[in-house]
Amino acid sequence: MARIPLLGDTNNIASDGLEGLEHNFVTARIEDLVKWSRARSCWPATFGLACCAIEMMATGAAHYDLARYGMEVFRASPRQADLMIVAGRVSQKMAPILRQIYDQMMEPKWVISMGVCASSGGMFNNYAIVQGVDQIVPVDVYAPGCPPGPETLMHSILTLHDNIQSGELTRRRELNQGGAAIDLDLSPMSAETPVEIVEKTTS
Amino acid sequence: MTETEESNEEVEEKTEEYSGPTSYGVPVTESHDQVVLHPAPTQLLETVTLLKEDGFCMAIDVTAVDYLTHPGRKDLPAGLNPERFEVVVSLINHDQGKRVRLRVQAGTDNPTVPSLFDLFPGTEAMEREAWDLFGVVFEGHPDHSRILLPDNWEGHPLRKDHEVGRIPVQFSPEVGRH
Amino acid sequence: MTNGKELLLGEPERVFRREESPVLRLNEEEANAAIDDTDALDDDHRMILNMGPSHPSTHGVLRLMLEMEGETILRSKPVIGYLHTGMEKTAEGLSYLQGATNVTRMDYAAPLFSELAFSLTVEKLLNIDVPPRATWIRMLMCELNRVSSHLLFQATNGMDLGAVSMMIYGWREREEVLRFFEKVTGLRMNHNYIRPGGVAADLPDGWREDVKKLLEIIPPRLEEYDILQTGQPIFRERLQGVGVMNPAEALALSATGPILRSTGYAWDLRRHMPYLAYDEVDFDVVVGTYGDCFDRFAIRLNEIRESLKIIEQILELMPEGDYRIQNKKVTPPPRARIDESMEALIHHFKIFTEGFHVPEGEVYVAVESPRGELGCYIVSDGGPNPYRMHIRGPSFVNLQTLPHLMEGGLIADGVAVISSVDPIMGEVDR
Repeated sequence: MARIPLLGDTNNIASDGLEGLEHNFVTARIEDLVKWSRARSCWPATFGLACCAIEMMATGAAHYDLARYGMEVFRASPRQADLMIVAGRVSQKMAPILRQIYDQMMEPKWVISMGVCASSGGMFNNYAIVQGVDQIVPVDVYAPGCPPGPETLMHSILTLHDNIQSGELTRRRELNQGGAAIDLDLSPMSAETPVEIVEKTTS
Repeated sequence: MTETEESNEEVEEKTEEYSGPTSYGVPVTESHDQVVLHPAPTQLLETVTLLKEDGFCMAIDVTAVDYLTHPGRKDLPAGLNPERFEVVVSLINHDQGKRVRLRVQAGTDNPTVPSLFDLFPGTEAMEREAWDLFGVVFEGHPDHSRILLPDNWEGHPLRKDHEVGRIPVQFSPEVGRH
Repeated sequence: MTNGKELLLGEPERVFRREESPVLRLNEEEANAAIDDTDALDDDHRMILNMGPSHPSTHGVLRLMLEMEGETILRSKPVIGYLHTGMEKTAEGLSYLQGATNVTRMDYAAPLFSELAFSLTVEKLLNIDVPPRATWIRMLMCELNRVSSHLLFQATNGMDLGAVSMMIYGWREREEVLRFFEKVTGLRMNHNYIRPGGVAADLPDGWREDVKKLLEIIPPRLEEYDILQTGQPIFRERLQGVGVMNPAEALALSATGPILRSTGYAWDLRRHMPYLAYDEVDFDVVVGTYGDCFDRFAIRLNEIRESLKIIEQILELMPEGDYRIQNKKVTPPPRARIDESMEALIHHFKIFTEGFHVPEGEVYVAVESPRGELGCYIVSDGGPNPYRMHIRGPSFVNLQTLPHLMEGGLIADGVAVISSVDPIMGEVDR
């Protein structure tokens, strides 16, 4: 049976002698190889918050099968994760914890803001919810939807892969010093400006 | 039931000015076919004890309402002084499939009601929630602390004089949308 | 009507203790002080352990403060609020028509139940009755939602106990139900389908075939679950006799739903205080015997079967007619009328900008969600927005049973207990 020469096929090297080297090596810039391997081995941290977490888990389960992109290994420890998928609304109480987990992750690390609540506060424009997780951590890809379907999440993940490979993100990361330029304001909110009480009129 | 009737008479003496229908010794009204009792904060424990003896075996819900911007409500029995804060307790009777709701006028400046923990320990979290969001004090509660908001939070957000905390949405002027 | 009163209720004293309670009543500072106080630790080998809020087996953002002696849990305290969304405050700024979008995001595993409770409450305040078809559509959708929610429980429960393949299977069947939801409501979750006055849209063509297909697919898969989980010795060892509670304790702690039923106490609002048209269908209330984690697991598995039984009857009994009330006060005019009639356009505009006014009053309505009694309390001041909207979340109240269920168990059993209580944090924190 004829064998297709494969990368690193030692049998061919043995038979072809030194000539076999020509079809056994790929040359590339080291930078591109690093980006390629980073994009292809992106492990997400389990950071499920609300409704979006259910869709995130559905994406990892049988039907949508995130394993196709080498992404199904949700790591419980932030030390082992490269990608944080902020899936759901971030409350004021959760914000410091989110930042702590982000800080515990190893560089290089990326963030997907999944759903409108994480991206902008969504429909909950009130005292309890952080109006956009990009106030706390640098976000690389925003996935729209409430909640985004598994297809949307997969699309955002593929977008992230493309961006990692094109080096787009590494440039942007330098601008905000890897997220260090984003300060977390932990001062509590107060009710110093009470609402104006309008007398109810029966019309 | 004899015990109930006896204590009915006792309580009725206290609320002499009220002449409407009473149940378990406190004024009673109906709201959409649901029984609503109106005990004073001092009567709450007594009324709930009577209700518990009468088969109301579970405290379903404890919450509060801030009537600051809606002072002239009409569904209170005549003679009852409406206060800013109202604590609403729901009990359920499994044997008869009945519910009863208690609306307690808890006060205006320092709303205070006795804790129901010793009768129904399941009210612990609900009372903490009412304290957290409305600032209603439950006397005798075993763990009177915030539950939903961070410990260092100032204010009680569900009060009507607490702002919603809305941040105005800004659209980019270059695109020409406002 | 029997609800297990004749059974031995048991002693509720355990849950009434203040000082020696299994609830760890410490705040953050006191807990930190206890951790730093190394002398105290040397004495009795006790320590305080933090679990969560970002922990894979705490179902989202639940955090537990555990007082441990070796691997045994002495006292514990669920610390919640990490998903507090201020929904009750937001609800005061939304009209009654918009309100369902808000509540549906509370219990995201069973969103239709929150919408149902909210809609029933508003309808009670408005004093209107929805057409029979709307009622039966609501029942159909809610029972399917109960199926999908319990399938989600099977998946997460399996995952928490190490049966990872169960997670894959649970999600697989759930997708089948969600596909039907997407066809009917346009969304996989957070449907905003049940609204005051009826439902958002009629069932699509071919819905009967879709539902029949679901009824064909799911029962044999449940048999597979039985083989995989119920009959498996490791799985039983992890659950049987773990997290035991007696009926009196469950009643005292206001626990509802599968937790109350697992103790052998038959209480299901669908049966004992019927709403919608549950008095016209035949189903069984599943109860347990021992009140342990295994009973809670088995109840949820069998409730899927009961729900499928109800759905089968709904297929036969579904009436024809309108899917929403034709009351000009709450129903927007049909799309076709807007093009030809100025009044219809104004009417449509008015309903969607200002909203409809609801008479003054206050009312509490409860439904049986997959997690227990889900109640909605609305105070109306006569305006187009609720003056106060409160949701009694079953997960929030049921979470109080955690310290009592975990007391004296190992930390690995604690994971099984959290899983069997099945809290949805969106509903706990609201």
